[in-house]
Amino acid sequence: MGSSRSSLRGVPDGQQLLQETGCEPERSGRLGWFCLGLRSEDLEAELSENPIGDRIVGAFFQPGQETVDFPSFVRVLAHFRPTEKNWTRDGVQPEPANSRNRKLKFAFQLYDQDRDGKISRTELLQVLREMLGLQVTEEQLQSIAERAIQEADLDRDDAICFDEFRKSLEKVDIDHKMSVRFLE
Amino acid sequence: MSWLTLPVDLLSKYLGLFTDVWLTLVFGFLIVPAVFGVPFGIHKYYIKILLSIFEWTTLQMELKAKEKNNQLYKHYTSGIIVKVPDSTLKQEIQDLRCSAGCLSLDPRLELADVFVFCRKALENIIDDDVTKRFSAQKLENWNLLTRSNHNFRYINLKLLALWILGVLIRYGVLLPFRVTVAVTGIFLFVVLSTVVGLIPCTKTYLSDKVHLMGYRLCVRSLTGIITYHNRENKPKNDGICVANHTTPIDGIVLANDHCYSLVGQLHGGLLGLIQRAMVKSSPHMWFERAEVKDRRLVAKRLRDHVADENKHPVLIFPEGTCVNNTSVMMFRKGSFEIGCTVYPAAIKYDPRFGDAFWNSSKFGLVGYLLRMMSSWAIVCSVWYLPPMNRKEGEDAMQFANRVKAAIAAQGGLVDLIWDAGLKRTKVKDTFKEEQQQLYSKILLGDHEYQNHPES
Repeated sequence: MGSSRSSLRGVPDGQQLLQETGCEPERSGRLGWFCLGLRSEDLEAELSENPIGDRIVGAFFQPGQETVDFPSFVRVLAHFRPTEKNWTRDGVQPEPANSRNRKLKFAFQLYDQDRDGKISRTELLQVLREMLGLQVTEEQLQSIAERAIQEADLDRDDAICFDEFRKSLEKVDIDHKMSVRFLE
Repeated sequence: MSWLTLPVDLLSKYLGLFTDVWLTLVFGFLIVPAVFGVPFGIHKYYIKILLSIFEWTTLQMELKAKEKNNQLYKHYTSGIIVKVPDSTLKQEIQDLRCSAGCLSLDPRLELADVFVFCRKALENIIDDDVTKRFSAQKLENWNLLTRSNHNFRYINLKLLALWILGVLIRYGVLLPFRVTVAVTGIFLFVVLSTVVGLIPCTKTYLSDKVHLMGYRLCVRSLTGIITYHNRENKPKNDGICVANHTTPIDGIVLANDHCYSLVGQLHGGLLGLIQRAMVKSSPHMWFERAEVKDRRLVAKRLRDHVADENKHPVLIFPEGTCVNNTSVMMFRKGSFEIGCTVYPAAIKYDPRFGDAFWNSSKFGLVGYLLRMMSSWAIVCSVWYLPPMNRKEGEDAMQFANRVKAAIAAQGGLVDLIWDAGLKRTKVKDTFKEEQQQLYSKILLGDHEYQNHPES
């Protein structure tokens, strides 16, 4: 994509976007390419090495959308800002995009493609198949998925809901692994 | 027929003195010295003056930006996000799992693994290593060319005046000089090359002189300031010379110092005329379009050429297409399969005086040459590296990568595994499969571990 310059001036509701996502105008300007209409092919080209590239591209597009505009793009990117340590839930401000909860939700939605709030066995198998390709047999795939579900599924409904997902990840330092830091 | 001579009469009447002065200057100072290989000498001062002017302009812009309480947009040549160098998939997943308290890398799925893939994907979208190689590199100081400026808001009157002066000098003085030299040079070269081709004896000696003259004139026409390092490693007649590719001018830069045989496709038009004239006096290898597809034919002709001691070394650019001179991309293994000595050369252009990169998706060849001729200068360094041979047990691809690493190290360029053909095509699935393979090893555990659980 390169990093040619653009400015936030051309973005409609630039200030509101800034407040919502917390991305500073200089930094988002530096992301450049004011994407008037970024299509999925453009993003896929960047992610051809990534096994779950297609899913991540899907996360940028709302259902039914064909192109991504700059505000939508920044909203997704906002999930990857490093977490602020001193934010507390006080019920007044809306939860920022880069809170631990929202990051977990983003990852959850990568698994849960039909958005029913649960990761079913089929969905887990699909993700595993994408991540492993043809390198494993069907039996190996089934056994890996089986083990994962057994460990995470606490209420025995054969699916992983968001709370179970969050519980199984409560010790993991996702702030570090799911943040992109800009150079000063 | 008086209407034919009328414009010439008018021209000489009104511009008589002007054209006289012009021709004297051009021939006296540029062409004749170039023909005989005498250096001109003012280049060092030219560059020093230009550099100090560029620093002054950037200082002016910074001052103006400070007045407005903004920061000057400076391009970061090393990227805009923090990346951990050389981190493998295995290491990243290990880090992630260890943060949750497990001590070893258990062969099982962790739901958190998806975060690693996610972050890699985002990093690639924001700032990836490959696509930024296919556009011109950005500068930290402004060099008074609008093509490399991003801070238009911070130009004050002084800078504007300086810029206009720059435009006048470049387009009014430098460009016409350069075009004249180029035209004369090509004309002389074609004529002399054909003439030399007709003389049977002392052919090699004279043809070398003619070729060198032609290239020298071309270099002068671009105000090329080339520094050659390690000349003792210059290629000899028994091998091929490989170099990184940034522009069609690369060939001229290298051939200015030593005679090579070029390889390429035969074109039509002016370029074809030049190619045909070249072949008359020196054995270059031009292939018809249909022959280019036949790799064995190409390889055979190369082998025959290299085996002949009297013929010059072949000049090859294994990347296959132009890249922007911040990195070296994958070398095609075809030229490394021949089995002869390889003489690597690294070419590094200084982008402050004029960016030599040819972005073929943006400009055609003529547009590119005009841009080159209206820049300040083309400054570059050429390093000749010691000759390399294929080692025992090394295949062509490994040899190619070794040569590529040496060139990248010498030229201060980033060594990338990616194919420069990605400019136009998509990535092959092999890279995705590699990632899948790495991850499956982590999930299933090492095969040996499964076979010997007691160890």
